[in-house]
Amino acid sequence: MTVPENLSYTAEHEWVAIDDTVASVGITDFAQQALGDVVYVSVPAPGTAVTAGEPFGEVESTKSVSDLYSPVDGEVIEANAEIDDDPGLVNTDPYGAGWLVKIRMADDPAGLLTPEEYTALTKEAE
Amino acid sequence: MTTPDAAKPRQTPLHAVHEQLGASMTEFAGWLMPLRYRSETAEHQAVRGRAGLFDLSHMGEILVAGPGAAAALDYALVGQPSSMAPGRARYTMICSADGGVLDDLIVYRLDGEEFLVVANASNTAVVDAALRERADGHDARITDQTDAYALVAIQGPAAAGILGPLTDVALDGVKYYTSHRGTVAGREVLLARTGYTGEDGFELFSRPEDAEHIWRTLSGAGTAAGLVPAGLAARDTLRLEAGMPLYGNELGPDTTPFDAGLGRVVKLDKPGDFVGRAALEAAAQAPPRRVLVGLRGGTRRVPRHGYPVLWDGQPVGTVTSGAPSPTLGVPIAMAYVEPEVADAGAAGTGAGPGRAVPDETGPAGTAGGRLAVDIRGRAEPAVITPLPFYHRTQDRPR
Repeated sequence: MTVPENLSYTAEHEWVAIDDTVASVGITDFAQQALGDVVYVSVPAPGTAVTAGEPFGEVESTKSVSDLYSPVDGEVIEANAEIDDDPGLVNTDPYGAGWLVKIRMADDPAGLLTPEEYTALTKEAE
Repeated sequence: MTTPDAAKPRQTPLHAVHEQLGASMTEFAGWLMPLRYRSETAEHQAVRGRAGLFDLSHMGEILVAGPGAAAALDYALVGQPSSMAPGRARYTMICSADGGVLDDLIVYRLDGEEFLVVANASNTAVVDAALRERADGHDARITDQTDAYALVAIQGPAAAGILGPLTDVALDGVKYYTSHRGTVAGREVLLARTGYTGEDGFELFSRPEDAEHIWRTLSGAGTAAGLVPAGLAARDTLRLEAGMPLYGNELGPDTTPFDAGLGRVVKLDKPGDFVGRAALEAAAQAPPRRVLVGLRGGTRRVPRHGYPVLWDGQPVGTVTSGAPSPTLGVPIAMAYVEPEVADAGAAGTGAGPGRAVPDETGPAGTAGGRLAVDIRGRAEPAVITPLPFYHRTQDRPR
């Protein structure tokens, strides 16, 4: 299970990459392993306002469905178009080609976990 | 006094193998079972294209033996095991007095006075108790032999080719739904040409201490042919594509065999009474109260167990099982619906419940696009599709 050092995380098993005012978001390796083969991802369209901690989409795998929670307040500026044709990217490259949305943040992100905090959380979940 | 360990799930004789293979394990009916080894989609596709190896040691095996065994089973079950020749296997059910299904079973007639009843892991205790009660007054012994057996299944078009050289049973002579005593990898087995995948395949009942050797030998021999280990997730999508019911989903105490479209297992014309006869005779005469249909999802979101089926936005049924179909590339499901909806869907007409005359037509099964499944608050279109979704002689993926 990989937990890249350069990212922040949420308790809902998402990763966040902050670049100035834009947050890129996806699900973690831990999450994709738990879900199994992803068959469908629903994320909001560009222009949608999102609120930290609120569900804003879902990830569906062969056996289950999980809500996606926005890690930050802001507005969706881009959704990954590749995911529609190839939802398996979430499994094969969750931190790279499997990214889900980019959000222009309305304020500074709060409550995100460090890689160490997230790793500790996943160990408790086992 | 119960101990803290009382709630721990049981391990099968192949547990060490699953750990070595890095399987994702899950608790199922009190057993720790492999859910998947890598990708359940890849495992499913391997079974369709080549072969998969399954640990099914959690299933229940109940021996019914004695001069009165056949008569006892004719009374206890809805089928007629007394009419089975030795060496044959039959799919059947055990019902309660009201006609509701207690379990679906495969019965193997081992010889004149010995039958092996294979039950679902979740129902083994119930089936054992019911058989004991119903065998009372017959000259038959009921023995729960679940712990005396491991069960390994090899399923797929390549299964016979992989197993053939490893067994002293001539597989060409083994007809579908028969069983033979013999050896695999030098160890004694009951070899049956049965399965739950819709593919050709074999189920190997062995001693628990022989299971690992049998698994590893098949595994090694099958590598070149593309044999992979396959878990319960793949098992579920394979049986769904094949239109096979799962107890707890399509079958349960509130369903009769007729509801599930499986009235053929009820042998009403066998002589003598059997448990559930009166209720099942009535059910056979009565108009169907609901129909089990196949559904293809119109979007990528998957209809799942418990989701409402809608006609013009109104609930007309419930999904019993659903999953993405690796072979068809779309979500598939089974659902109980009102009979008029099943008829309208099958006819491809716009006629809805209560309507006598079709008023619009759409692509076959859509009934003018009025059928949908409520998937977590959003109505997604669905199409009624004849079962099975997949048949191995017609639909083999290339």
